[in-house]
Amino acid sequence: MSAGLTDPLTDTVIDVSAPAATPVTAPAAATAEPPRARRRRRLPAPGLIVAIAVLALAVAWVIIPSVFAPADPLTGVPADKLQGPSLAHLFGTDQLGRDVLTRVVHGAVHSLTGALVAVLVGLVVGTVVGVLSGSIGGIVDDVLMRIVDVLLAIPGLLLSLSVIILLGFGTVNAAIAVGIGSIASFARLSRSEVVRVRRTDYVEAAFGSGGRFLTVLRRHVLPNSLTAVLGLAALQFGTAILAISTLGFLGYGAPPPTPEWGLLIAEGRNYVATAWWLTVFPGLVVLAVVLSANRLSQAISRRTR
Amino acid sequence: MSALDVTDLRISYDTRRGRREVVHGVDLTIDEGEVLALVGESGSGKSTTAHALLGLLPAGGRIEGGSIRIGDTDVSGWSDARLRSVRGARIGLVPQDPVSSLDPVRRIGVQVGEILRLHGERDPKAIRHRVIDLLERVGLDDPQLRASQYPHELSGGMRQRVLIATAIALKPRLIIADEPTSALDATVSRHILDLLDELREEDGTALLLVTHDLGVAADRADRITVLRDGDVVESGRTGDILAAPADRYTRQLLADAPAFQTVEPRTPPAPLYLRDPDAAGAEDPFAIVAEGIVKRFAARGREPFLAVDDVSFRVRRGTTHAIVGESGSGKTTTARIVTRFLDADAGTVSIDGSDVLALRGRGLRELRRDVQLVYQNPFSSLDPRQSIGSIVAEPLVNFRIGSRAERRDRVAELLERVALPADAAERSARELSGGQRQRVAIARALAAGPRVVVLDEAVSALDVTVQARILELLDSLQQELGLTYLFISHDLAVVRRLSHTVSVMRKGRVVESGDTREIFERPAHEYTRELLAAVPGRPSHTVSPARKELVP
Repeated sequence: MSAGLTDPLTDTVIDVSAPAATPVTAPAAATAEPPRARRRRRLPAPGLIVAIAVLALAVAWVIIPSVFAPADPLTGVPADKLQGPSLAHLFGTDQLGRDVLTRVVHGAVHSLTGALVAVLVGLVVGTVVGVLSGSIGGIVDDVLMRIVDVLLAIPGLLLSLSVIILLGFGTVNAAIAVGIGSIASFARLSRSEVVRVRRTDYVEAAFGSGGRFLTVLRRHVLPNSLTAVLGLAALQFGTAILAISTLGFLGYGAPPPTPEWGLLIAEGRNYVATAWWLTVFPGLVVLAVVLSANRLSQAISRRTR
Repeated sequence: MSALDVTDLRISYDTRRGRREVVHGVDLTIDEGEVLALVGESGSGKSTTAHALLGLLPAGGRIEGGSIRIGDTDVSGWSDARLRSVRGARIGLVPQDPVSSLDPVRRIGVQVGEILRLHGERDPKAIRHRVIDLLERVGLDDPQLRASQYPHELSGGMRQRVLIATAIALKPRLIIADEPTSALDATVSRHILDLLDELREEDGTALLLVTHDLGVAADRADRITVLRDGDVVESGRTGDILAAPADRYTRQLLADAPAFQTVEPRTPPAPLYLRDPDAAGAEDPFAIVAEGIVKRFAARGREPFLAVDDVSFRVRRGTTHAIVGESGSGKTTTARIVTRFLDADAGTVSIDGSDVLALRGRGLRELRRDVQLVYQNPFSSLDPRQSIGSIVAEPLVNFRIGSRAERRDRVAELLERVALPADAAERSARELSGGQRQRVAIARALAAGPRVVVLDEAVSALDVTVQARILELLDSLQQELGLTYLFISHDLAVVRRLSHTVSVMRKGRVVESGDTREIFERPAHEYTRELLAAVPGRPSHTVSPARKELVP
């Protein structure tokens, strides 16, 4: 009842579907069917299948790059420099005659692990801050949220740059810098979810059943509030790839000749007029992976509802 | 000519396993100025039928066949765009939930005026005038002020009046009221139904009243159609159906409607402590003694609100005490103080002789073994991610009662006790119906072996048939386990069924208390009489027009 008053938006959404749900689900629940039939999964949407395929390919590049590109990403054949896309070099070659596809494939490990580290930093630190803030409340909540306000007030790129200057250059440091930039949004989201779940009847009922604070937090509050946070993590994964590439492009990430994706695009920039493939293909790869991560995130958050 | 004529209406929904027909050939006829009640439990297809008439089926729903005639127009097969000319103009709809049916960010006047704008009125001045007229017509005091307020500033009853104003704005010949009072208190419900009656008499509008409560239907309808699983099981004049229900299901509904219950009110010197010499010999026969509880809620920038003002009551061991009142009367606050989810500002509450208001930390946790709360809404009180088995076992785990195997046995025993199938333990709450979920909540409350169970509107969210089963369950549990119940409700008809003694609360104070029989037969306070009159289907039901100033 209180949820209905405090959350008119979701309440309306639920109510619109209520006449549909009632007649359909009520008899379905009443008749005893084998549980397997009920759990049968619907086939995911085609867009989601493509997104998962793209991400799977990217992960495969990280794990077994030499299967996709047996050549060395760092040494090129000077004679073949700056060749356009062809069957021998699908993405063309760069100014040192290195195959761009090979460099993109081998670069996946830098960009993706960087993004993973960034998301992990944001997810872990942000969620801890958010959960503490939401579940303890009071002065702890106020203090933590004001710190988060400060983090939110600084533009993300500027924040990452300052952190890198403090930590020093390099892929991992760039990743941590990007992760720190995303702490604020993780903290905010997990706090709001925890606050929502804490107000529900079942959490009060859990205290009523003799549950201690930490038990209830672990058993009821966290499982019910973290799905949305995982959705944000998938979204942040895409954003982090972009942010790390941005830092790489600006020269704050891995030093050359590392084939990191942002660096690839930065190096290709000098040849935009003559060798468009140096920027376009790595750019498209980044785009595809980011979009796929977003699509996956959307699917996760939709399942939460 | 009839206002509405539906023949052989069939409706199906899209489900994972293909289309599923939920309404199988329903026939309805409503004459001009007549009230037809469409009665059935949830899932019977009554709301689906009502929405289909307006073409408002949710996504996935489809009319498979049959004809719908509104007046002399056959609208079956009309497109959504064409039906728009019918909605509001020919048929008005009063939706179920007044809380979620109004846009929270727009003023009342604008929302009521919208229907006039949509149907061609352009002059803002004329719209404003008409809106004020309409708001006055539905009995809202100070319509000028109401028109400029937002929905959250109005009570549930007032919001329902606003929705009725919208429904009658274009003077439709038929109003569909889809459970118009199920979200409202008994007294407010009666006023809303009175209003619909009045409007109908003045304008000669026909009314299709969708309800799960045969008591409401008996009071208000000329004819009743009973639906079950998408089929009409019985249809006829109200008097005939009540006097001689032909179908078994109708008889069941009739038996379950709290209003028609012929059970004698329970009297206090009933069980246990008379039979049990120990309890009788004990000095204190009371399980709960509350003395002078006071609770204030302070809101920033406002006067502190006195929710509970000097409330006292005593409950004998093994009996049920009901606290009755409308929303805002402080009854739920009282229940939450007794269960120690809220702290009282003054007063004492003793449970089995020991003061519980002072308990903190460990003592408070131990109290939870003895005092349990069952919530109103079984859909929000169970963790959606847990299996039924782990929900019921939770108090056992928390209090470290028994080994793993013993706990499993205890859960199976509890599930059996509340009449749930044994395999329910493996399922998740999502797969259960409302009544089944409430049984799970009761099983959880009983798990640690409490002596006092506080039932906060525990049957208010359920259909009458399910309600009747849950009340039977609570009754038998009390007799077998010697439980003491504190039963919070706004519905006197339900209270009579279960409680031995009653306190009637209004605006934070107890206005009357005593034995259930006493209260029902000789109510002393004006407000108690009002509550009694609000019970639908009572033979003594009279509506005094002089009560108009009490309109919510």
